[in-house]
Amino acid sequence: MLKKLLPLVEHALKVPVWDCKMCGQCVLHSTGMTCPMTCPKTLRNGPCGGVREDGNCEVKPEMRCIWVKAYDRTISLPLPKVWKEHYNDLRPPVDMQLQGTSSWINLVTKRDQQVPAGWSVEDGGH
Amino acid sequence: MSLLREKLENSKDLVFTAEFPAVDGGGMESVQKNVARLAPWFDAVNATDNPAAHAHASNTTTAIAMKMHGLEPIMQIVCRDKNRIAIQADMMGASLHGITNLSLLTGDDVTAGDEPEARRVFDIDSAQAINIARVMATGTYLSGRAIKPAPDFYIGAVENSAAPPFDYRIQRALKKHRAGARFLQLQICYHPDRLEAFCKGVAEVAPDLKLIPTIVIVKGAKPLGFMHDKVPGIDVPAQTLARVQNASDQSEEVYSLTLELAQHALSLPGVRGLHVTDFRHDDSLARFMSDLGRTPRN
Repeated sequence: MLKKLLPLVEHALKVPVWDCKMCGQCVLHSTGMTCPMTCPKTLRNGPCGGVREDGNCEVKPEMRCIWVKAYDRTISLPLPKVWKEHYNDLRPPVDMQLQGTSSWINLVTKRDQQVPAGWSVEDGGH
Repeated sequence: MSLLREKLENSKDLVFTAEFPAVDGGGMESVQKNVARLAPWFDAVNATDNPAAHAHASNTTTAIAMKMHGLEPIMQIVCRDKNRIAIQADMMGASLHGITNLSLLTGDDVTAGDEPEARRVFDIDSAQAINIARVMATGTYLSGRAIKPAPDFYIGAVENSAAPPFDYRIQRALKKHRAGARFLQLQICYHPDRLEAFCKGVAEVAPDLKLIPTIVIVKGAKPLGFMHDKVPGIDVPAQTLARVQNASDQSEEVYSLTLELAQHALSLPGVRGLHVTDFRHDDSLARFMSDLGRTPRN
């Protein structure tokens, strides 16, 4: 029941405010409350090299680059320090299996922290 | 070991890289001609991956062809056209043919090309691709499946030192370095002050990261204006454009400008060479390299 209800509530709340794409692995807190899935290239790790001189998007010239927005907001919004510190984290690839599910449930169950076995392998002296 | 890695990691020598012209037709003969033109001047040359979102002979096959003709490739992989499975396959395929240098980048959007109706992929981004290459070089695919023996990769990436958000670009370079990038080929930059701030900042936070700024050899004011107007991420200051436009000999003026930019770039901390793109296709490349004190190798 909750599994069916929560995605609907999350959708209703987050789409109007953040244009949420329901990726199911929300990182808004670490990106200045700006959704990286609204980047036309869905980049999770910062702006591409095509950002225009005015700070707008390479793909949609009328739209502010979401990563420029995220950077400005991370600096200017009164967000918790620990959130701001996560801005430059290396975020893992999106898990497409979570598309459409509730990121709230995935946060509680820690499903959104599961990454492929190879993702976090250390170099071991390489 | 690749010559690029040898020079960057075990010497203080400058390295010079370039872009291999995209292959559409002309077969191996055209590859041979381009190898002959580039090999005397460059340590390694990028085998591009559908540059500006236009289809060409693939990155891997171009890299193999270059290697067959004796030119060391740096195989580019962009995130636009392939998902994570295909990107790992590209890397493994390169390794199969003894290609170790990689340059991993986001890539232009499909709307920059001649097939804007195509589906854009971007299943992973450049920082993630770098981490995956690093992990593969330790002996596992992203899934954790073993690769024995592990492929040998020398991982590079790209960064734009001159696009907003300016302050953050240094942190982004650091992120790529931490993910596994050993060198960065920088995008074209006509703002020496921005390049300088970027290189100084990177040298401070990631002194081990080798920087290779791009220099473009063009014919006059027109291509400068084109880049400024049509290529997102490249800004040519009005006074720079005016300097070339108002010169009695545009070709000579733009050449002087290019040389000044190159000499300035080479003077910056962390800079270990240049990535040279030649759009003139005349004798300027030899002149340019000679003016930088380079001698052609046989």
